[in-house]
Amino acid sequence: MATYSTSEFKRGLKIMLDGDPYNIVENEFVKPGKGQAFNRVRVRNLKTGRVIERTFKSGETVEAADVMDTDMQYLYNDGEAYHFMHPESFEQIAADASAIGDEAKWLKEQDMCIVTLWNGVPISVTPPNHVILTVVETDPGVRGDTATGGTKPAICDTGAVVQVPLFIDVGDLLKVDTRSGEYVSRAKE
Amino acid sequence: MTTSSDWRPTAPLQHLQQRARILARIRAFFAERGVMEVETPVLSTAAITDPHIESFATRYTGPGHAPGTMLYLHTSPEFPMKRLLAAGSGPIYQLGKVFRQGEAGRRHNPEFTLLEWYRPGFDHHALMDEVAALAAPLLGLEGRCVEKLSYQEAFLRHAAIDPLAASPDELKACARGLGISGFDDESERNVWLDLILTHAVEPQLGRDGLCFIHDYPASQAALARLNPAKPQLAERFELYYRGVELANGFHELADAGEQRKRFVAELEARKEQGLDMVPLDERLLAALEAGFPPCAGVALGVDRLVMLALGAESLAEVMAFTIDNC
Repeated sequence: MATYSTSEFKRGLKIMLDGDPYNIVENEFVKPGKGQAFNRVRVRNLKTGRVIERTFKSGETVEAADVMDTDMQYLYNDGEAYHFMHPESFEQIAADASAIGDEAKWLKEQDMCIVTLWNGVPISVTPPNHVILTVVETDPGVRGDTATGGTKPAICDTGAVVQVPLFIDVGDLLKVDTRSGEYVSRAKE
Repeated sequence: MTTSSDWRPTAPLQHLQQRARILARIRAFFAERGVMEVETPVLSTAAITDPHIESFATRYTGPGHAPGTMLYLHTSPEFPMKRLLAAGSGPIYQLGKVFRQGEAGRRHNPEFTLLEWYRPGFDHHALMDEVAALAAPLLGLEGRCVEKLSYQEAFLRHAAIDPLAASPDELKACARGLGISGFDDESERNVWLDLILTHAVEPQLGRDGLCFIHDYPASQAALARLNPAKPQLAERFELYYRGVELANGFHELADAGEQRKRFVAELEARKEQGLDMVPLDERLLAALEAGFPPCAGVALGVDRLVMLALGAESLAEVMAFTIDNC
């Protein structure tokens, strides 16, 4: 079993806590002048995304989490699982809906994603920062209205709902930032 | 990690200029008060026994030491300065680098600048006043009210618990209430006190001005005298400003026998925790034996003082180079 001592703690280190894999978000060394030294960390649960605080006595060791980020291509959803493929080995892997969570709405077939594997099993998927989606439903476009700054909701082919400018029409392609969920620009095929 | 811009100072040059001015003002403060500047060796054959402080060790080989002698880099100049006091130096101060193994972070660097001074005839309260007289103008806090809280008052106020009366279980429950998890098997009172101190009390101290915490539990006396009337309290103090610990001071323990007992107890604790066994300072004990003037002493972290004076957030912003690019 691999372990890390608190002196190896840094942002991005993956550790096990209470049976779940966590990612260190912030690590602070605190020590009263004449007392016990601690490492106070903020950690993100890699399964739920929840961030919690933990404190360790400096010098303690913590079990390492066998977590790996892999670039994989999204293939399809068969109704039960989301299938991804390693672009070089062509090895395929299936992730269930709980691992995908809210990110499902950004998954477009053939897009490259980061699949986070814990002990070889996918626990989360990070879509590309920008995706191109097709509008399938929105109020009719207001032609030429590029100045008023108004917005309206548009439903995209993946099911995502994005606030778009008024001139957008059904069938338009949108470039969307998946981190903020915001419309960036119109796109070409 | 070495990168092409790694050679550059971590602090802006303007900060280093301000740092130099603060050092000059510190020296002027002591010159005006007739406190003599001294320099004592960084290297010592003895080391601090405190289980929470680790010394760097190195080996000297040379004339008179052919087989090699283990030497320790000082973690504070306290012991040799006390030997000077025992020799009749009168009031003295020292401004220099000290070294502590294993301490690095936003507010720690394994090598840092310490200002340490001793005042024969002062008790810890008189010395707190002098610390405030030095620090307030440097921090732009002249004329501001200086707060003095006992350790007990500080815990009652900011964590709603009596640190002297509470059992380890009660301290644990208090910590849980403050959102501190883990430490399920911890039974050591002082660890719970330190957890509550660092998580809940310290961040609240000195928000608007200097704040002294004094009269620590006897179990955290370090090198302070115990209060003769209330032996559960140690005549020790710390200075905080904006939640940052700036200084630690003692009404100094002058009793050689008691000092030896504490050294031995700390060595026992080191053995239990599997830490390095270090030679205790027999020359300090001999000096105390020979007669040590009643006095108070304090050590102040200069890098942190400069950091706060400049409104910086980390030591790296006020140190030319840190452990990450030394």
